[in-house]
Formats: sequence, C-alpha cells, structure tokens
Amino acid sequence: MPTAPTSPLLQVEGLRVALPGPQGPLPALRGIDLAIERGATVGLIGESGCGKSMTALAIMGLLPEGAHVEGSIRLEGRELVGLDDQAYGELRGQRLAMIFQEPMTALNPLHTIGDQVAETLRVHRAISRRDARAEALGLLERVQLPQARQRLDAYPHQLSGGQRQRVMIAAALACGPDLLVADEPTTALDVTVQREILDLIAQLVASSRMALLLISHDLGVMARCVEHVLVMYGGSVVESGPTGEVFERLSHPYTRGLFGARPHLGAGRGHRLATIPGRVPELADVPSGCPFADRCAFVVDACRAAFPPAIPVGPGHAARCIRVDTVVRSPLP
Amino acid sequence: MSDTGTVGEPLALAGAALAAVARPPARGFWRRAVRHPSFAFGGVLVALLLATALLSLLWTPWPPTEIDVPSKLKPPSAQHWLGTDSLGRDIASLLIAGSQASIAVGVIAVGIGIVFGVSLGLLAAARRGWVEELVMRFADFTFAFPALLSAIMLAALAGPGLVTSTIAIGIFNVPVFARIARAAANAVWSRDFVLASRACGRNAWHITFAHVLPNIASGLVVQATIQFATAILAEAALSYLGLGTQPPQPSWGRMLNEAQTLMYQAPQLAIWPGLAIALSVLGLNLMGDGLRDLLDPRLARRR
Repeated sequence: MPTAPTSPLLQVEGLRVALPGPQGPLPALRGIDLAIERGATVGLIGESGCGKSMTALAIMGLLPEGAHVEGSIRLEGRELVGLDDQAYGELRGQRLAMIFQEPMTALNPLHTIGDQVAETLRVHRAISRRDARAEALGLLERVQLPQARQRLDAYPHQLSGGQRQRVMIAAALACGPDLLVADEPTTALDVTVQREILDLIAQLVASSRMALLLISHDLGVMARCVEHVLVMYGGSVVESGPTGEVFERLSHPYTRGLFGARPHLGAGRGHRLATIPGRVPELADVPSGCPFADRCAFVVDACRAAFPPAIPVGPGHAARCIRVDTVVRSPLP
Repeated sequence: MSDTGTVGEPLALAGAALAAVARPPARGFWRRAVRHPSFAFGGVLVALLLATALLSLLWTPWPPTEIDVPSKLKPPSAQHWLGTDSLGRDIASLLIAGSQASIAVGVIAVGIGIVFGVSLGLLAAARRGWVEELVMRFADFTFAFPALLSAIMLAALAGPGLVTSTIAIGIFNVPVFARIARAAANAVWSRDFVLASRACGRNAWHITFAHVLPNIASGLVVQATIQFATAILAEAALSYLGLGTQPPQPSWGRMLNEAQTLMYQAPQLAIWPGLAIALSVLGLNLMGDGLRDLLDPRLARRR
C-alpha cells in the first residue's frame, strides 16, 4: 500500500452521490472535498437533509442500494470508490469504524452486548470465543460501562440509552480503527449523558491517535469536540476552516443563520427565536447556482448564476459565497 | 453467497440463532402460554395428536390392518370402542394408527418447506438485485400451481404413495416459506443494527445467520404450525383421491375414501376420521395463533 507520509489519512475529492428516485437520480452530494489527517478531529455540521450522514455512509461504503458515486475517497492514498464489498468489509471495523445516532436500534435485541462487542474482534482476527470475551470486557471497561463484568451477558433492553451508546463505542473501537465516524452520537441522549459521551469520545480519540469525523447539527458539540469544521448545505460544503476561526467570523450567510437560530436561555419573554426563512430544498430541486440563494438575506443575481468556488477568508478558512466580504462585515444576527 | 468464514462457522451460528429464538421469550413464556386460551386449547389438541401417534407405535387396541369380514360394520362395543368398518377392521385402531401418516407428512413437508424456502428467502434478502428477482419469480411460478395439481403430476410421474405426496406437499411449502422469510428478512436488513454490523466489517453471510435468522424465527415458527395443519389436510385430500397413502397403511384420508360408498348405511365411518382431521387442524391453527401472540414482544409487554 502506498503510504506516502504526506498524504492525509482520508482524502475525499469531488464526491458526488446520486440516489435513485422515482423521477431519475436525485443528487444527494454535489461535490464534497475534505481531508482528515491522522489523529485529527473534523466536524460536519448542517441541517437535516444536507448530506452529512450521506457523506459518512459514502466513506464507510454503506450507501443504500443503487446509489451512484462519483469522485474519489482515498484512505492513505488507496482509492475506496468502487472497491468490492469484501475488500471494503476488511477495512470496516479494522480501519474505519462508525457509531450511529440511535443506540436503541443499532444493537441487535437478541444478542448479549458482550457478543456484539466481540463480533468485530472475531471477524477481523483469528481469536477464540473466550479471548474475544475477555477483550470485550476490557473494551467495555475502557468506555466506562458501569459494572461491565456483570453486564457482559446483558441484553440491550436492560441498558439505558447512554450505556448502549457506550457499548456501540466499544464495538467501534474493538480493532483500533484509524478513523472513527460518529453520526450524531448524542442526539438521542439526555443532555447530561450527551456531555459524558462526548467527553468519552474526545478522550478516546486523544488517547489512541484515532481520527474523528463527528457529525452533528449541534454547534455547541462542535465547538467542544473538533479542531476543524465543515458546514454543509444542500449536499455541498459551504464553509470550512478551523473551528475557532469559523465560529468567530461566520463567513457564510448559512453559518450565520445557524448561529442566529440557537435558542438562548434568559432571552426576554416574547423574544422570538430567530429562524432561517424558507426550508431545506428537496434533493430534486436544489437551485443550480448557490443552493442557499433562495433563503439568503445577502442574495444578488450573480448568486443564482453559478455556485461560487471556495473563497479564502483566513488561514485554512474558506467560504463558498461571492458576497463573503459584505457578510463578514455585517453585524451578527 | 460470498463467504470467508470456515465451514463450521455457519453451523455454530445457526445453533446460536436457534438458541437466541428460545432465549428471550423464555422469561414467563410458559406462564403466559397456559393463560392464553387458544394456545392452551390448541396445545392440548396437538399434544393429544402427538401422544396418539407415539402410542400407535407401541400399541393399538387391535392390529389396525386385521381384516375380520364376519364382524363388519359393528356398532361401538366394549371390544370395538368405535365399531368396525366394512372389512371388520377396528375403527379406533385405524384412527390411532392413521395419525402416524398425518404427522409424518406434516413434519417432513414442513421440513422441506423450511429448509429450502427459508434458505431461498434469506438468499434473496441478502443479495437483492437479480438474485432476489429470480428467487421470487421462481416462488411465484411454483405458487401458481395448486398443491393438489402438482401432487397429481408428481404421482403420475413417480407413482402414488406417501413419499410422493409428502414431497409434493413439501414443494408447495417452499414458496410459502421463501416469501415469508424474504419479506421478514428484508425488514431486518433495513434495521440499524444490521448497518452497525456491516460497519464492523461483517459480510452478508454472517449477518444472515447472526442477525436476520434469529429475528425472523418467531414468525417462521408460527407459519410452520399453520403449514403443518395445511399439510395434514393435503395428505388427507390426496389419500382420499387415492394418491397418498396406499393400502394397507392406515390413513385418515383413506378412511374417508372408503367410507364414502357407505355414507348412508354407516355415517360413523366418515365422521370419526373427519373429526380427527378437523381437531388436529384446529389444534394446530389455534396453537399457531397463540404462538403469534405469545412471541410478539409488543403484545407480551401489554399483558
């Protein structure tokens, strides 16, 4: 395998995904570029339907049946697009791992959690049932599942949501992957548990030199957990850069909209929550120019003519907006 | 199916699948079962049927095939509990011995249906695309032939008998199980834990045995009891037509056949085997309905 030290762990270039629809293919991703270095933490943020999960599934090679993929996804220089299922299967679990949004449904109700954590170990390594069980226990302890030893033979319904998410994380970590894709790992959990799980993920990522691709619609989660953030809208990345930089300058009108729409505690009575006007376009009718044009306060005719290229606004920070200068200078919503 | 595992693995997995079926409902399953009226009643009837068949292997009041023409068409008495038929055979003994044929046909025909049908259904769900299309069109094609018609065709080819009729009924069961297994397996394939398992690098073969089969097994068990009842009916119908069990082997369908010419003189000859068939089928259907309720976790929680 060509492992040039200069090539990033994961490099996605011009990724386009079209899903089969009743009236022909629906473009779900319209050219995504992203790079993740070894041990780096990257976040994908955006509303529902903007293509965050689709990007994650494309990286994992788990897109739904009939999806059409163009562009390139390279793991240490090795092309993953078009890889057959068996070769992909060897990467999944071993080099790429994923945790899902719903810990309630992502565990099989008929198997004990010990078996499900050991599953990843047993598929990738010639390991006896007993050794796998011992290692599963070690993993469950590592994710700080309380009373892990007694819980090894518990069924998922006997665990709380947070505990199940810990089990999912343990299963994902089993083979020491290079990249952990976490698709809204805390959305289904209580706020207090969310924090524990995020801290756990952050700590595991830091201690194992594993890279993290975190997907969330929660700006607070992003600010806490990732170094680099990509804002997605309508199947494209509209702004990307170091997290602090992006959150400070908010260079794309959509990023501003997301920020403005955060609820504030202590806002006065009758204070209305700011919203982004309009709604996320359907896959079939994302406008041909800038996908955000119809909802944007800064829109000019040129916006609808063509989707602007990424315009640099700072070191490693770029936004796909032709009016970026005006946007940056305008007051925050 | 692409397969990287060793040969022993699928067997172990299938065993784990069966164990998993038995495990979750075990908590309070029997307590709920005896309280479920239709399951309890059906279960008693099915247990009686099985007990009768077992008993007939060891003992019957009279040898069921012993012909005694002088004492033909006797009414019930202490010697002949249910009387005798037109050849002087003991009806009670024939009934008891006839249960063997019904059970044998039921077990083997349902077994054929499950082994081939479920395999095809699981394959279709795991591979999708043209494999699924091919399997399901094959199922449609087989389904399009009425079971009796295919049994008659098979009897014409291989000669009538218990084996031919069992195979014919078994073939009829294949598409039934293939369809149910595929539909249920497709539902499991779309669930998150399957995606999670794929994300761990598991292949379709493993997911089928470790995740899909245990999750569809309860539905298959229910269907098996209902197909068992259908098989008993089909065996009776084929024997009645002279295509199933051949003389002198006793069978409820053949008893009906022989009774029909004497319908007016000796209606009891038709009533007893008719009742035996009806009760067996009723018992299996009630038990199947009961199992459907008992194995449904949503209904279990409500109780």
